[in-house]
Amino acid sequence: MASNQAHGSNGRGSGGGGNAQRRAPEWADGLKQLYDSVVEESLPDSFKDLLDRLEAIPTSRGQDGGQDTSQ
Amino acid sequence: MSDEGRPAPARSARDKIDFKRELTEVVPHLRAFARGLCGRPDLADDLVQETLLKAWAAQERFEPGTSMRAWTFVILRNAYLTDMRRNRFRGEYDEGVAERILTAPAGQEEPIHLSDLHRALLTLPAERREALLLVGAGGFSYEEAAAICGCAVGTIKSRVGRARAALSEMLANGSIPRRSTDDAIAHRAILEELDMVSSGNGVSSRG
Repeated sequence: MASNQAHGSNGRGSGGGGNAQRRAPEWADGLKQLYDSVVEESLPDSFKDLLDRLEAIPTSRGQDGGQDTSQ
Repeated sequence: MSDEGRPAPARSARDKIDFKRELTEVVPHLRAFARGLCGRPDLADDLVQETLLKAWAAQERFEPGTSMRAWTFVILRNAYLTDMRRNRFRGEYDEGVAERILTAPAGQEEPIHLSDLHRALLTLPAERREALLLVGAGGFSYEEAAAICGCAVGTIKSRVGRARAALSEMLANGSIPRRSTDDAIAHRAILEELDMVSSGNGVSSRG
């Protein structure tokens, strides 16, 4: 099929992360960009609020450790 | 994992503080993983909230010193798969992804945008998508990704390979699903028309 995939075989010189043992596709860096762009977003307060609320709940039911989550 | 026989040791106050701190630290990563999995930022954040609740409830099972990111990713992907079975996510993608130019391969008219990549990613079967996200975006090793997904290393390698091939082909051929903005605009137009009709301002009487 696609015979016009020649591009990229000579690199694009824009210096991405080059772990070139097995040439990663050109868009590979984009996956990291997508991921990192979210990691770097400022965090909405809702998450910290949630954890603070959870922390405030007294852990009186100490050792129920049973069926709380279904992993 | 190895907690079958022995009861989990009681956690000290210090452990709990550490747990909360580590959990807080991985939230941005959970958001990134969730966004990659389900596309829409609001649904992704719901998924992260759900993950935090579950992680908190299960904190006795977290072994201090092990990877909080890997541990919570397991919880998140399980929650995602459960939700997906309930059809909550329909492969919608993040309209908010910047239309940044990712790369402009020679001989290709249209540059590849990050949003193209994300849309293409969201067309993949879930298990390939998550494998690629873990390895290609999250930086996990194949072994770690296999542990997170509860499958063999070879399975992960195969899924990543297939995912890469599919994305490469989609991006090279430009056979990426249409931007849903087009659909959204059309959709909105239809809705507006319906609103007008239902509010008595039918087509014939508008003006």
